[in-house]
Amino acid sequence: MALLHVKDVSKHYEKGKNVLSDINMEIFEGEFVSIIGPSGAGKSTFLRCINRMINISEGDIHFDGIDVSSLNKKSLRKHRTKIGMIFQHYNLVSRLTVIENVLHGRFGHKSTLQGVLGMFTEDEKMEAFHLLEKLGMSEHAYKRCDQLSGGQKQRVGIARALIQSPKLLLCDEPIASLDPNASKVIMDHLQSISKEMNITCIVNLHQVDVARKYSDRVIGLNSGRVVYDGESKALSSKAIHAIYGSEAGSLIME
Amino acid sequence: MTIHAYKKSKKQLTIFFVTLIGITLLSAKLTNFNFLHGIQTLPKAIGWMFSNLYISAQSLEKFPSVLEKLVETIFLSITSTTTAAVVAMFLALMGSQTTKVNNFFASLSRIIASVYRNIPIVAWALILLLSFGQNALTGYFALFLATFGFLTRAFIETIDETSSSSVEALRASGATYFQMVAKAVMPECSPQMISWILYMIETNIRSSTLVGILTGTGIGFMFDLYYKSMNYNVVSLITISIVVVVIGIELISNYVRRVIL
Repeated sequence: MALLHVKDVSKHYEKGKNVLSDINMEIFEGEFVSIIGPSGAGKSTFLRCINRMINISEGDIHFDGIDVSSLNKKSLRKHRTKIGMIFQHYNLVSRLTVIENVLHGRFGHKSTLQGVLGMFTEDEKMEAFHLLEKLGMSEHAYKRCDQLSGGQKQRVGIARALIQSPKLLLCDEPIASLDPNASKVIMDHLQSISKEMNITCIVNLHQVDVARKYSDRVIGLNSGRVVYDGESKALSSKAIHAIYGSEAGSLIME
Repeated sequence: MTIHAYKKSKKQLTIFFVTLIGITLLSAKLTNFNFLHGIQTLPKAIGWMFSNLYISAQSLEKFPSVLEKLVETIFLSITSTTTAAVVAMFLALMGSQTTKVNNFFASLSRIIASVYRNIPIVAWALILLLSFGQNALTGYFALFLATFGFLTRAFIETIDETSSSSVEALRASGATYFQMVAKAVMPECSPQMISWILYMIETNIRSSTLVGILTGTGIGFMFDLYYKSMNYNVVSLITISIVVVVIGIELISNYVRRVIL
C-alpha cells in the first residue's frame, strides 16, 4: 500500500480561486519524487498540506494509513514527527549552535517540559553527533549557525529532519539559494538518505535537470493542477514545456 | 519609468512642498506666532540663561540631596521598565502573527497595546494622581503603563521579524507551543528585546523627570521646588546632572548592545 495517498485535493484561500485543484497521487515507500513547475503553481502549498501546516479545502490525504485532515491536536503532533521538513532558507535558530538545532528535531517526541528545559537523553545526543558526522558536519557541531555557509546550514537542516526518524522528507526548494557545488552535496545526501535509509523524499525543485537526474519520478504542477506524473527518464522536453507553459527553445536549460 | 511619469512625480513633489509651506504660514497666522519676533527674542533668552543658569558654590551644597533623588528616579524607571517588559512579553506573544494563540487574542492584545501607548505619559500621571495621590507609586504606574504599551508593540514586531522561519520549522517537526517559544522565539529575539528595554530605560529617566513634577516625587519634584522658589542655580545643577545621567545610561546601553548583538 502507498505511504501517501492524495485524493481529489483542492485548496483555496478565497472562494473560486483555487491554489490546488483535484490533486491525485500515490507515493510509495522509499520513492524519490520531484515536484517541478513554475513559481506560484502551488508546489509549496502542496507540501505544507501533507503535514497540515496548511489545511486543505476539499479531498483526502492519507499518510501511513491515517486520514490527515481528521487528526486532533495531539495526533497531529505525532503525525508531524513522522514527517521531516527542509526549507529553502534553512529556518534554523541562527543564534544557537549546530548541535542544539539538530536536537530541536526531537521536540515532537518529548513533553513540553522536557523540551523547554532542553533535557535530551544520551542516546539522542549520540544520534545527533552520528548524523552530523554522516553529513560531514561533526567539526562544526559547537559553532553558532549564523557562522555557517548556506550548504552547511542546509546540512544542519537535514540532520534536524532526520533525527525525528521520519518516514517522509518534505524538501521545499532545498537548493534554490545554494551554489552549484553545495547543491550537488545536498542532493547527493538526499539521494543517499532515500536509498540507504529507505525514507521517502518529496522535493520541490526549480532545476529540471536536477529533478531528472536524481529522482525516480517527476510530478509537474501548473496552476495548481498535476499536468505530468511519470518516471523521470520518460520526461520529454515536450512534457517540460507543457509543465512550464512555454514554447520550445524558450527555457534556459536548452 | 517613462518621462511622463517622471514629470508627474516631480509635479506631485512640488505641490506637496507648497502645501506644507502654506499650512505652516496658516497655522502661524492662526496662533499669532511671529517668526521675526521669535528670532529677535532669542539673544535675550540666551543672555538670561547665561546670567542665571549656572552652578554656584552655594548650589553645590545641595548636590548630595540631588544625587539621592536622582538615584531614586533612575531606579524608578528601571523598575517600571523591567516589570512592564515582563507583561509586554506575554502580550507580544499573544499579539504576534507568528506565535498568536488565536485571532481574537491577537487583536485584543494589539488593541490593548495601542490604547496604552497612545495615551501620553503626562495624561497617565494626571489620571493616576487622582487615585493614588502624590507618591512614587503614581509615577511608577504612569511609567509602567506607557512603557508596557510601547514595548508590546516593539516586541510584536521583533518576534514577527526574527523568528517566524524557525518557528515554522519547529511547528513542522511537531514541537509544542511552549517549546517553540522557549527554544526558537526567545533565543532569536532576546538581543533585540534587551535593546528595546535599554532604550526604554533611557526614555523613562527623561520622562520620569516630567512625571515627577506632576506627582511630587523624585528629581522632578526637586526641579519644580527650586524652579518655583527661583533658585536657578540649583535648577541648573539638577538639569546638568540629569543630562549627565542620561548620557551615561546611553553609553552603557550602547556598550551592552554591541556586546549582545
